[in-house]
Amino acid sequence: MRTIRYFIIGILFGITLFKSEAASWFRIYEMFQFKSFHMYGIIGSALVLGVVITQSIKRFGIKSFYGQPIVIADKEKMLKSNLYGGIVFGLGWALVGACPGPIFVLLGAGYLPVLVLFFSATLGTFVYGKLKKRLPH
Amino acid sequence: MNWIYDPWPWYIGGPLIAVVMLLLLLSEKKFGMSSNLKTICAAFGAGKSTPFFDYDWKSQRWNIIVILGAFVGGLIGAQFLSFETAVDLHPDVVLQLQGLNIVDAGQAYMPERLFGDASWTDWKSLSILAVGGFLVGFGARYAGGCTSGHAISGLSNLQLPSLIAVIGFFIGGIIMNHFLIRYVL
Repeated sequence: MRTIRYFIIGILFGITLFKSEAASWFRIYEMFQFKSFHMYGIIGSALVLGVVITQSIKRFGIKSFYGQPIVIADKEKMLKSNLYGGIVFGLGWALVGACPGPIFVLLGAGYLPVLVLFFSATLGTFVYGKLKKRLPH
Repeated sequence: MNWIYDPWPWYIGGPLIAVVMLLLLLSEKKFGMSSNLKTICAAFGAGKSTPFFDYDWKSQRWNIIVILGAFVGGLIGAQFLSFETAVDLHPDVVLQLQGLNIVDAGQAYMPERLFGDASWTDWKSLSILAVGGFLVGFGARYAGGCTSGHAISGLSNLQLPSLIAVIGFFIGGIIMNHFLIRYVL
């Protein structure tokens, strides 16, 4: 039952990213050119609503679907890696116009060369895991 | 209901992304897509040689189901919920991209030069995809998350590491978009 629920959440996410054009290479290019409000509107409105949702859950102790308290973990504080990793990610994001979510959405939409992105992003993750100890964090 | 076949405006797309995050939080899970790449590495046995991947990846299967759903969502969005998928870009951007030999700017959803079938036999397109994908995968894990995990989930939870990561996303993105991409495309 839970599997179906996650699958449906994923479908909603995929349709939303495709239809709102957040998965489009062109929209990401335009965003970094600061020529359109569209992507800022998407991320900004998701964020404003996200803050309300997250802070309400924490403040009012809203329970999960299964009646349990919802625990929202803090992000690990490794500020150097957040910055350096963020810059590396941004270089890639602006080049290929896709972050990890849209990779799967675009594959579903039929853009098969995105498979290259999928494999190289997985390889990048693997290489990070290998080098982790030697990188500044 | 015809609007559903048109591109969705930001004020539909953004709030729906927040709804996705809400549904995952209510399911006692978190919204973050790049972790799946780590899970895939772990599922293929990367944990045997690398401690970073040595964890109970099966506990993350739910998120793999989410991305399988995202795959199907992309298929539904493209095949059944769209008549026309050309992205209506700012005219300056169209001109600029045409100057960079991306001739279908303003007339397509994705640039044919990078994401069309001809890319498979074009070493330049393949290299761009391979390098960009690598940076995305490497950078997301190094930063501890991507757009969903940091820019949406983390910032919603008022996390300083996420703010720093998002600033990094934009530093990298602006360097690539404004200074490097013209030499690459």
